[in-house]
Amino acid sequence: MKPVLIFLSAAVVNNFVLAYFLGICPFLGVSKRIDTAVNMGLATTFVMAIAAVITWLINAFILVEYNLPFLQNVTYIITIAGLVQFVEMFIKKTSPHLYRSLGIFLPLITTNCAILGLALFSALREYTFIECMAFGIGAGVGFTLALVIMAGIREELEFADIPAYLKGAPMTLLVAGMLALAFMGFAGLISV
Amino acid sequence: MSLSKIFKTGLWNNNAVIKLLLGMCPTLAVTNSAINGLAMGLASTFVVLCSSSFVSVIRRIVPGGVRIPTYIVIIAGFVTLADFFLRAFFPAISKALGPYVPLIVVNCMIMGRAEAFASKNPILPSFVDAAGMGIGFTWVLVVLGSVREVLGNGSIFNFVFAPESVYTPWIIMILPAGAFISLGLMIGLINYFSMRKARAAQ
Repeated sequence: MKPVLIFLSAAVVNNFVLAYFLGICPFLGVSKRIDTAVNMGLATTFVMAIAAVITWLINAFILVEYNLPFLQNVTYIITIAGLVQFVEMFIKKTSPHLYRSLGIFLPLITTNCAILGLALFSALREYTFIECMAFGIGAGVGFTLALVIMAGIREELEFADIPAYLKGAPMTLLVAGMLALAFMGFAGLISV
Repeated sequence: MSLSKIFKTGLWNNNAVIKLLLGMCPTLAVTNSAINGLAMGLASTFVVLCSSSFVSVIRRIVPGGVRIPTYIVIIAGFVTLADFFLRAFFPAISKALGPYVPLIVVNCMIMGRAEAFASKNPILPSFVDAAGMGIGFTWVLVVLGSVREVLGNGSIFNFVFAPESVYTPWIIMILPAGAFISLGLMIGLINYFSMRKARAAQ
């Protein structure tokens, strides 16, 4: 039961983008069109799920085992960079079509703070292996959800009459604020 | 470009947050009070100063193909230092900032300075550039944190000047939604004044 709650908590209640402010750069950068937002979201979810598992294994069997928690930052970031590279090569080999549709977004995932944040949060909260997997997938789904909703709003916003000084980033941030407000409706639903 | 000019660009014209929109995650996440904003700003300034100087020193011996991984390991090293320093001497702040201190590693402002400036310039200009960028980042965080703390809690730097009996705090300002809205309005306001100035100059 607990993994399900963790999944829901990461996906909607404590949404990574709208409650923890992780992954704001892609959230503001690639939310102009729905189709790119969906692709970006799926690619990130994929990397998140794998990263959650791998960093959990590294933390449990190397860092904690040999008493090296001070190497956590360095190890995690190298693991994530390597992992993204590996996923890129794997997708290129097995599914060239998917590879083409993701394009530049794949390598950019390395610098998405949501991935490192995910690894740090799950180490901090001492999740078990299964919980960690649920957390990774939930965070990815939450990220995709926020990104796609934002892209939908921004497509409509193209036609709105916005004052010149609010065009672009300020307006996007204000809309994100409204979205965060809406997601606050889920607050207190689950406390994991 | 003179050193003072390099320093000043970071403060305003090329300010990481309000002009380049870099380092948004910490900006939004930890500015629920002025003191947290200040702590995050100073920690990031420390990391950008050290990493830019270090990258500048070794810029000739790092092969181009592996420069990004090299920079990120250097940055991660200094972030670990900052993290352990805060944990040892300011445990309360370290607890309040939580995992956002280790997350300085992926603050794109720091990587951006290493890649765009320090990898091409000698150590002194790199240091000055990093100082400008870091202080520019810090003032934005402190201003944003102060605005949110004043409106959301009736206090500034933990000093309560408007107790709840006279002022009903806008709780929303210290919640996530308030972060997005106040940063959006802040950037909008700056755009408004710079546009008005540009029009007046014509």
